[in-house]
Amino acid sequence: MRSRDMVELLREQEQLATLDDEQLATLAGCARLAVCKAGTVLAQEGGPADTFYVVRTGLVAVEAHGPARDVTVDTAASGDLVGWSWIFPPHRWLFDVRCVRECRLIVVDGACIRDKCEADNAFGYRVMTCFSSVVVSRLTSARVRLLDLYGGGTS
Amino acid sequence: MTEAHGHIVPFPYVVTRNVAEAPDTATLSMVPVDRGIDAPVPGQFTMLSLFGMGEVPISVSGLPLDDEPLRHTIRSAGALTTALARLDEGDVVGVRGPFGTAWPLPDGDVVVVAGGIGVAPLLPAIRSLDRADRPGRLSVLVGARRPSGLLARDELAEVGRRHHVAHTVDSADPSWADEVGVVTELLRRVPFPLQTASALVCGPEVMMRFTARGLEEQGMPADAVHVSLERNMHCGRGACGHCQLGPFLLCTDGPVVRWSSVDPVLAVRNR
Repeated sequence: MRSRDMVELLREQEQLATLDDEQLATLAGCARLAVCKAGTVLAQEGGPADTFYVVRTGLVAVEAHGPARDVTVDTAASGDLVGWSWIFPPHRWLFDVRCVRECRLIVVDGACIRDKCEADNAFGYRVMTCFSSVVVSRLTSARVRLLDLYGGGTS
Repeated sequence: MTEAHGHIVPFPYVVTRNVAEAPDTATLSMVPVDRGIDAPVPGQFTMLSLFGMGEVPISVSGLPLDDEPLRHTIRSAGALTTALARLDEGDVVGVRGPFGTAWPLPDGDVVVVAGGIGVAPLLPAIRSLDRADRPGRLSVLVGARRPSGLLARDELAEVGRRHHVAHTVDSADPSWADEVGVVTELLRRVPFPLQTASALVCGPEVMMRFTARGLEEQGMPADAVHVSLERNMHCGRGACGHCQLGPFLLCTDGPVVRWSSVDPVLAVRNR
C-alpha cells in the first residue's frame, strides 16, 4: 500500500485526530494492513508487545484466562486503538487479544514508533496524548464496572 | 366507586402471564378484575401491592392498548419484588396509578440509553418511537452486567431491523460475540449527530450521570437529555414527601425529568 493511502486511513481514525499530516506520515511508515479471520489470536498474555492495532472494521476482544474460565474484559471496535504495553517496559502483553469477528486492522510496529518518539519528542508527545486518552477511557470504564451498578437492590 | 379508587385505593388485577426475562427478572401481564386504572403513558409507574406484604413502585413496561394487558417488568431485589416476580397466572395484585411524568417523544433523532432493568420503563417509548410515520432516526443502546441480564432481546432485535440497536455487557465469557464495556462507550456508535438529537436515559443513577455527561461531551445540550429517577416512592401522589429530591417530588415532578434540571441537585452529596 502506498504511504499516502496509509496516511489517509490513519487520518480517518478518531483516536489519532490530534496528529498532524507529518506525524501521520511518520506513523504510516511503521504501519501495514491486515485482515484477520474470526478467532485469530493477535496477542497472548506475557508475549512480546511490540505492536499495537487500529481496528478499522470488526470486533476485537481483550481476555483474561483462568483455570476455570476465560473472561472477556473489554472489546474494541471500529476506530479503537488496541494495545499500550508496547510503550512501557518490559513490553509484554497484559491480556490475550483475539478477533471475535473478521477484522480489518492497521498493524503498527511499536518498536519502530518508540524509536520515532525518542528521535522526535514533539511526535512522541502527540502519540502519548492519543494513548493517554485511550487509557483514561478504559480506566474509567473499568472503575464504573467495578461499581457493579446492575446488581443489588432494596425493595 | 369514588375518585380515590385507582389513586388511593388499589384496583385488583389478575395476572394472566408471567414471563421470565432473566434469572432474577420477570414480566407480569395483568388485566383488571373489574374496573382498571386510567391508561398510563410511556414513562409512568404504578404502585403494585400484595395484600399483607406491602407496596412498591414499578414502571409500566407495556401499555394496555388495543386489547393488550398492562405489563410490568420486575427485578427480584427484596422480599416484596421477589414475591411479585413469582406470581402465577390467576394470582391477584393491587394496582394504584398511573403516576408521574412521561417520556418526551419528539419527531427528531432520538438516542435511547438503557442500563439493566432500565430497559423496562423505556420499552413503551421505544415502541412509540419505532413508527413508520415518524421522520427522525432512532438509536437504542443497552448495557447489562452479563448477557443473561439483557432484557427484551427479541423485541429489540426486531427494532434493530429498522433502527440502530447496540448492546454491551460488563464482562462475558468468550462465547459472547458483541461488545464488552460500559454503555457510554456505545455513544460513539450512534449513526447520526448527537448535537441535534435528544436522549432518553434510564438505569442506575451513576450510569445515568455518566451517560448524560458523555452525551454533553459529544455536543448534546443538557436540556435535550431526559432521565428517569427514583427515590422512595410511597403515596405516588406528592403527599408524603418520601420521594423528595431537592425541590422535586419525583412521583409528581418525575420520574422522567430533564437532566439540566436535576444535574445540580444530584451533585449534592448526601453526607
